[in-house]
Amino acid sequence: MASVEIRNLRKKFGSVWAVDGVDLTIRDGEFLVLLGPSGCGKTTLLRSIAGLERPSAGEILIGGQRVDEDVPPRHRGIAMVFQSYALYPHRTVFENIAFPLRAAHAPRRNIEEKVRWAAGVFGISAYLDRYPRQLSGGERQRVALCRALVRDPKVLLLDEPLANLDAKLRNTARDELKRFQRQIGTTTVYVTHDQIEAMGLGDRVAIMDRGKVRQLGTPQRVYEDPDDTFVATFVGQPPMNLLRLCDGAGPPGTLLGFRPEHFLPRAVLRAAEDARSFRFHVRRVEYLGSDRYLYGTLPDQCDPSPTFIAKLPANIGTPVLEGEAYEFAVPVRALCYFDSTSGLRRRG
Amino acid sequence: MTRREPADPPASAQPALLARGTLADRGELLGGLMLAPALAYVALLAGIPFLLAIALSFSDATAGSLRFGWAGLRNYAAILSDPVFRRALWNTIVVTVGSQALVIVLATAAAQVFRASFPGKRVARFVLLLPWAVPVSLAAIAWEWIFDSTFSVINWTLKAAGLLHGWLYWLGEPTLALLAVIIVQAWRIFPFATVIVLAGLTSIPREILEAATVDGAGFWRRLFQIELPLLLPVTSVAVLFGTVYTATDLGVVYVLTGGGPANSTHVLPTLAFQRGILGADLGQGAAIAVFLLPLLLVVAILMLRLARHTEVGVR
Repeated sequence: MASVEIRNLRKKFGSVWAVDGVDLTIRDGEFLVLLGPSGCGKTTLLRSIAGLERPSAGEILIGGQRVDEDVPPRHRGIAMVFQSYALYPHRTVFENIAFPLRAAHAPRRNIEEKVRWAAGVFGISAYLDRYPRQLSGGERQRVALCRALVRDPKVLLLDEPLANLDAKLRNTARDELKRFQRQIGTTTVYVTHDQIEAMGLGDRVAIMDRGKVRQLGTPQRVYEDPDDTFVATFVGQPPMNLLRLCDGAGPPGTLLGFRPEHFLPRAVLRAAEDARSFRFHVRRVEYLGSDRYLYGTLPDQCDPSPTFIAKLPANIGTPVLEGEAYEFAVPVRALCYFDSTSGLRRRG
Repeated sequence: MTRREPADPPASAQPALLARGTLADRGELLGGLMLAPALAYVALLAGIPFLLAIALSFSDATAGSLRFGWAGLRNYAAILSDPVFRRALWNTIVVTVGSQALVIVLATAAAQVFRASFPGKRVARFVLLLPWAVPVSLAAIAWEWIFDSTFSVINWTLKAAGLLHGWLYWLGEPTLALLAVIIVQAWRIFPFATVIVLAGLTSIPREILEAATVDGAGFWRRLFQIELPLLLPVTSVAVLFGTVYTATDLGVVYVLTGGGPANSTHVLPTLAFQRGILGADLGQGAAIAVFLLPLLLVVAILMLRLARHTEVGVR
């Protein structure tokens, strides 16, 4: 087990900086998620750690040792699970799992023992003689994990390993993955564009955009306390509402941010609650079972055109009609202020 | 009284007749029509001559006469007891196996080279394909110079490098002449095989090779345990083609050695040509030519079976 340290890492493809100055420390045993939209550089960063890409500049240290220059993947003590699982189609499950051990010249007797043990851990003992094409998606994913973990890597790298599973399976697979990781305690870097996976799995989440890490923190921290408007709108479903404040209502060039679930009918909030009120003209009501999404505008603001979203949980039964205006409010403690030019958070 | 159903719409509202399907909608007929030229080609230019050859091999027909007498297995008995034929059969096997072995190694190596990106790759790829496009006779003449007893480039190069002290009479010694034939045959098939293997290589998902890299496999382990097994179906197709091309080729031996020295480098096609056309013994020539058929058939069946068995769903 080991920590991973990334210092000012940069990687250029053609004229584009896929990774543009990333500093990141992944602690020993930590589950870190790299979250971002496609093309944000998260996979390139992961592949650089694996040694499949050579960084243009910067340093990567695994367990305190520099690996970025000449250390090939096989000497970095890493294992990787690919999005397609990349199982060897011409080899049985047993042979797939044994492959990294053979490559490391482990003694024959040891290999047999180790493979059977690992297959037991992942519940795939019954499939050892089958070929990958005879397995379901979930089983293949477990074989891939098993192959990655069988030789006790210092760092486990996962590239969207749940993306090829259907939605139903993804929930259980997520739960299993987290359990395995806790059990084994291997430092893990997990790449995804799915914020539910990121929030649910990560001890910490690094949110990336255009080659840079925009915020690094616990899921709670990046959700409740975003550092900039990108993080605020990328994390959360539906995204945070951003309101451009009129001149005079605050310092010039201020964006006011609030989450849809904090944007509620005034009557629902306690009377003593310090809250900021808005007149909310509801254009459309979307009934989603556990929630209602209300889409509408704030007609009293200086720019009344943008759409705002309110998310009312099912236990708030206040009747809301399309085309009507209501008094809505956001508790002051749930408001975030951003600079409209830089997008950065204004604190204090 | 029962209630009446609403009246049917008036008959005049019947829809207009729908347009009929055209020829393009009739898959079976269209398919047959489009296959017909190809079938005719195969039947006229391969099928009939083939049947004719089989018929001739059981006859005592000669060029220059219209006599067509039944000879039974006499032609086959004659060639089987003929040492020149047995030598030619052996040569055919040696040349085919030798050149194909060479081709597999060269094509796999070349495909690895051409997978990488380097400046001038397009030009190199074009040059690679040249041997395949050059007419056999032209190429064989060039090779004749390369193997020439006086001007041989190989000999002079080896001599200049200090590796050769005597002199190699490439086309004058039976073993060397056979080696020369193998080299030229390999040179001829290798571009085609390279292209096939290259196509096979690009069909292996990149993630599988990267997984092997991350799993700790070096170049050779990746090559022998991942790439080559995954390439096996494709490679066997290349070898099958190569085998058929080489085993049935007349041109290279004919131009390079003419079967000499002393009939020692004949292969079945050249011997068949010599006996059947030049020697006017059509029956024996046909018997020699037909002799190869069962051998090639067995090879083809084995190869295709191998390809099917190793075919694996990659995902």
